[in-house]
Amino acid sequence: MKDPHPTQRGPASAMIAFVVALAAVFLLAFGPVDALAAEPAAADGVAAGSYAPAPKLTAADYPTIAGINSRVAVWIFAQLHLWFAAFVLAVPIFVFIIEVIGMRTRDKRYDDMAYEFIKVAITAYSLTAILGGGLLFSLILFYPHLFTYLSTIFSASMFYYALLFFAESAVLYVYYYGWHWLQGGFKKWVHLSLGLILNAVGTTLMLLANAWLTFMMSPAGVDAAGVFSGDAWAAIHNFLWNPINIHRFVANIAYGGSIVGAYAAFKFLTATGNQEKAHYDWMGYNANFIAICALLPLPFAGYYLAAEIYAYSQQMGITLMGGIFAWLFIIQAVLIGTLFLSANYYLWCGMGRSDGAKRYTKYIKYIAIVLIGAFLVWFTPHTLVLTNEELKALGGPHHKILGPLGIMPAKNTAVNVMIIFTALSFMFYRRANKVATVSWVNAGNAIQVALFTTGIANIMFLGIYHGYFTNTVYKVAASIPQVLTTVAVIVGSITLDSFIYRGAKEVGPLHWGRIPGRAQYALFLLAVSFTWLMGLMGYIRSGIRQHWHVLDIMRDASPDAFTPTLGYAANVVSVAAILFMAMVIFVFWIAQVSGSKTLPAGYWKG
Amino acid sequence: MRQFLTVVAFALLTIGFFSAYSNYGIPQIEPAPPPKEEKLDLSAMTMDQFILLGERIYNGKGTCTLCHNELGRAPLLDTTAAAVPERLKDPRYKGEAEDVESYLIESLVQPSAFVVAGFGKKGTNDAESPMPNVAAGGISLNEAEVAAVVAYLQDKGGAEVTVEIPEDAGQGGGDDEEEEPEARDAIDDPKDLLAKFTCDACHMINGEGGEGGEVGPNLSRIGAGRDRAYLRRALLDPNADLAKGYEADLMPADIGEQIYVAELELLLDYLAGLK
Repeated sequence: MKDPHPTQRGPASAMIAFVVALAAVFLLAFGPVDALAAEPAAADGVAAGSYAPAPKLTAADYPTIAGINSRVAVWIFAQLHLWFAAFVLAVPIFVFIIEVIGMRTRDKRYDDMAYEFIKVAITAYSLTAILGGGLLFSLILFYPHLFTYLSTIFSASMFYYALLFFAESAVLYVYYYGWHWLQGGFKKWVHLSLGLILNAVGTTLMLLANAWLTFMMSPAGVDAAGVFSGDAWAAIHNFLWNPINIHRFVANIAYGGSIVGAYAAFKFLTATGNQEKAHYDWMGYNANFIAICALLPLPFAGYYLAAEIYAYSQQMGITLMGGIFAWLFIIQAVLIGTLFLSANYYLWCGMGRSDGAKRYTKYIKYIAIVLIGAFLVWFTPHTLVLTNEELKALGGPHHKILGPLGIMPAKNTAVNVMIIFTALSFMFYRRANKVATVSWVNAGNAIQVALFTTGIANIMFLGIYHGYFTNTVYKVAASIPQVLTTVAVIVGSITLDSFIYRGAKEVGPLHWGRIPGRAQYALFLLAVSFTWLMGLMGYIRSGIRQHWHVLDIMRDASPDAFTPTLGYAANVVSVAAILFMAMVIFVFWIAQVSGSKTLPAGYWKG
Repeated sequence: MRQFLTVVAFALLTIGFFSAYSNYGIPQIEPAPPPKEEKLDLSAMTMDQFILLGERIYNGKGTCTLCHNELGRAPLLDTTAAAVPERLKDPRYKGEAEDVESYLIESLVQPSAFVVAGFGKKGTNDAESPMPNVAAGGISLNEAEVAAVVAYLQDKGGAEVTVEIPEDAGQGGGDDEEEEPEARDAIDDPKDLLAKFTCDACHMINGEGGEGGEVGPNLSRIGAGRDRAYLRRALLDPNADLAKGYEADLMPADIGEQIYVAELELLLDYLAGLK
């Protein structure tokens, strides 16, 4: 039996973790660190600023505790915290959007779905706080001097972070527990406003935390020796802060969508009645839709971030894309390919909900061929690691025919084509259950075909011309016009489509729940791939600093300062991903248990 | 339950595939360990050996080949030495070099003095180079290492090698044949620390040492007038704030590199307590 108003859950553990974390921040930010903090020097002839340079550490400055590998401990805590944080920041964003849609359409299904999303997120919120505390403690224990140095610079922002955490908790609990209380008329507007505040606070929390990690990559507000100028805003607003902010914001939405999609998929597979199946099919579709909407601009946000890393430090940029981490992008290609293919596969399976979809099924195989072709281009490495015999047989480190596909313009072209064809899949899905009634339908279709054809031709031309007929400096010049072309094609065709299908007839009612079980596995694949990909890209973002805690300012002198092989990194990410999955299963289970009631016959008096 | 286990198995298989591919599907490159300081005996080095040292730094610690390679991110340096006379006359040249040697040194520590056409930072019209100063930041070559790279570039470019092998070797070198910094147990008595770093050679502390305060200030009551932050800075960056009447560069600037952080805190506690 389901209880629509579950009572106490997350708050207690969240508060404990939060209080512990807060105490630690205070202790470090205003305790021993005091020695480093700015205090106007009393004596004459002393300069006003009195921050110390970054400490120069030796291996003896890193505590070893019970044989634990410090780097792996911090790495796993940080990664688990980040996954949960991404999830709990993303869910309120689309819960807000869904609540707005529900208020506009007055369709209660949207409101129920939004409530179910936030219910899943609230337990995850407790775990986010607990893991954040774990990360903090592991940093303090294993890297005390790094934490001391960072908290000298960011003590004020850490304090505000703690305060915002209070605000986030308070708003979230009122938002969640007040869901059924704040219904109808003015009360609903109050509830929606709480959702907006929740998102504003959550995003600010993320921005603050991003400042700390981007400072380590592109330090600002400090001199060459690491002496802090006292300008906290300069340290926060460092060179890579906004590129990371944008990338994380978009990625969080895609990630949150994929996790909720997996939740809906599991509920669909275990549903017993048709009505329940229909509900979770609809929920899975919406979650996947949100994930795809955020997935489409994500490569561009990633590209912007990489370009900014190059702009900040050419050395760091080359380490990222052309140095020891270059092969990691081949793994990334496999993962992105998996994401695009599974998202498209789910859409194609979902067309079975409509009786009118048969008109479009013949085109799907061509979309699949293009997607796989583009995936293979992205997957092709530029330089091959070969034995001497293989090198001689091949005539060099690059394959004569496939080698040119390894360079960035080819990969940019491939990803733009992938995005355009994913948008095409989505358009077919939208059209599947509709029959256009406007008189100019053929002309409209012809314009759309022309738009797609010229767009793709332009992307190919830009990629080929800049990639193979200009020198290295101009090779990436194609990327921006390619992105603009892709955006123009998608926005143009979807806008035109909305006019063509204005007042369109429906072929028949959509059969929610009429989707094969294997389509749900596409949603699981999406969630698992996304999780693993985030772990991998998190490693590369952090790893490109190599043997620096704070780039060029504070050297990492620990025994773990070396950069591990990609296999080693992948294994750590896999272990963390399995731990994360176990916790997510716990979260889903708790969400389910909270709605269950047992009636113990004869147990209670009367 | 069966459905649950199927989903878990599916997820584990997916993760297993990604992990296996990362381990066995792509080459496992063992990145070079972080560069370490190396004591060099330059006094016994011939010019050929010095040029070889330069080549090793060029390919290793200097990270020059990250950009100066056939991919065209930065100009190839095979003929740079030969092109110097022409560059010195170029109206775009902003430096102060007068010969090949000084030009090459300048190009390493002040790369924007002359930017080869087409290789400048985007949007600067070749006025600014994307290359970092190799004597600072993450690369931090010392003078001897810069001289070795210049010798190598002169030799590589077919020019006369005019660089002299510095007499003061300093520290430098490549990534291999490195020695770990000498390991020692942490000192837990502040007086032993004062002795270890021979502070009393210049500073008087509690009436002892310091040759009457001529070289360094008397520290016997230093905690009364200076706080920990000041003392920390004075230890790590001695020239930042000079006490009145004392000269710069007398106190060693590398204490921060030798002292463990825990020892530094101990010493600061001790000095701050001298009131």
